[in-house]
Amino acid sequence: MRLTPRCYFNACALILSGMLSACAAPNPDSGTTGEVYDPYESTNRKVHALNIEVDRLLFRPASKGYVSVIPEPIVNSFTSFSKNLSMPRNMVDALLQGDAKTAFHALVRFTINTTVGFAGLADPATTFEIPQVDTDFGEVLHVWGFAEGPYVELPFLGPSTQRDAVGVIADLFTSPLTFSPVRPVKNIGVWAELLERMGDRGNYSDTIDSILYESADSYAQARVIYLQNRRFELAGDDEEAYLGLYDDPYDDPYEDPYAE
Amino acid sequence: MPSDFQFRRMFLTTALVAPFLTALPLSALALTENGARGLVEHLVGEINKVIVSTGSDNSKIRAFEKIFVRYADVAIMARYAMGVDARRASKSQMRSFTKAFQGYISRKYGKRFREFVGGRIEVKTSRKIKAGYEIRSIAYLSGQAPFDVTFLVSDKSGKDKFFNMYIEGVNLLLTERTEIGAMLDKRKGNIDQMIADLAKLS
Repeated sequence: MRLTPRCYFNACALILSGMLSACAAPNPDSGTTGEVYDPYESTNRKVHALNIEVDRLLFRPASKGYVSVIPEPIVNSFTSFSKNLSMPRNMVDALLQGDAKTAFHALVRFTINTTVGFAGLADPATTFEIPQVDTDFGEVLHVWGFAEGPYVELPFLGPSTQRDAVGVIADLFTSPLTFSPVRPVKNIGVWAELLERMGDRGNYSDTIDSILYESADSYAQARVIYLQNRRFELAGDDEEAYLGLYDDPYDDPYEDPYAE
Repeated sequence: MPSDFQFRRMFLTTALVAPFLTALPLSALALTENGARGLVEHLVGEINKVIVSTGSDNSKIRAFEKIFVRYADVAIMARYAMGVDARRASKSQMRSFTKAFQGYISRKYGKRFREFVGGRIEVKTSRKIKAGYEIRSIAYLSGQAPFDVTFLVSDKSGKDKFFNMYIEGVNLLLTERTEIGAMLDKRKGNIDQMIADLAKLS
């Protein structure tokens, strides 16, 4: 059987629906104060060990080399280029969330940066104060009411949740510009995203190194930081959801620290 | 024996001073939204001063430790970071842990100040939460998209202090509780060993 795009599409639709039905299972801790639901911890830790090795031997040195050899404006240009290529996908994801405003911003960004911004290498849309757009299919699933699901660490991609992992795969296929399985040369979006990630890894190397190499348990640190940050992003302007993230340390179940 | 005059003078002084005496603890105890906001504005002002100062990393870390002790409720933060194990820790262990924690936080976050060069933090909104007030601010660093820094302020220690900080939703206390918990696990729950190693961590 030849692998046609239709084959890919069917296979993916099948995998996605399978994973989503797993997602639909109730998640006891989703969304509350930094709670961690990690039933696959032992597998995740093996993946984490692999990711650390890949980072240590390949990704970290390559990224640090990339940001030190290539001048900063060019690194930023490549990052803008990659972000611009993701705008059609962002628009689709925003529309699926029923968020017409964000979809419109994505469209305007793409139009301006692709034309006046030299195919996206420059970012005049930001100069014109068009708001940043950064959404994904994981957020679509969140809006549609799917629970976060268990924590998972993905090979090469790092921390995620079951819901976000489905989103990552879905986004590969909903983006007409970034992925073309039958013509690998055209996967420019994938290469651009790799450069974007290298730029981020290089530019934020102190922060990322402190999590991966300086903490007592880098797996647990990456997990707690990812989950909190992702829940914060998804809560967005939803005040109640955000307030729900707060824990009161004075509500001490153990003891009153001021009792002498 | 005091004369009438003296009595009257004493009465007058007491009458004048008494309202202040009662007013003092009141104003120190009742945390208002403006008070909490003012505290964070002062705190952010001090941090901004360190960001623009030209000192070495070490002098910035020392400056940050001073700010941290002055504006944060270090005792409750340390206790929360130790989690359930704080229950079995002795008073002297808690004291030395609090000290070690204070230095560790100052070094860990203080050494990041070099990334903040050319940046600033601006206080934006404030509102009431269960434990006190939430003050949200935005950090503008050069070459980065602005990000959210939130301080939680309470007066439950008897003074207005911040007791937690969130950077883009990442909770400092929870992150450090994970770290301290992992350190304890690695040392088979030995609190003294953990404190000694924490004090050495750069």
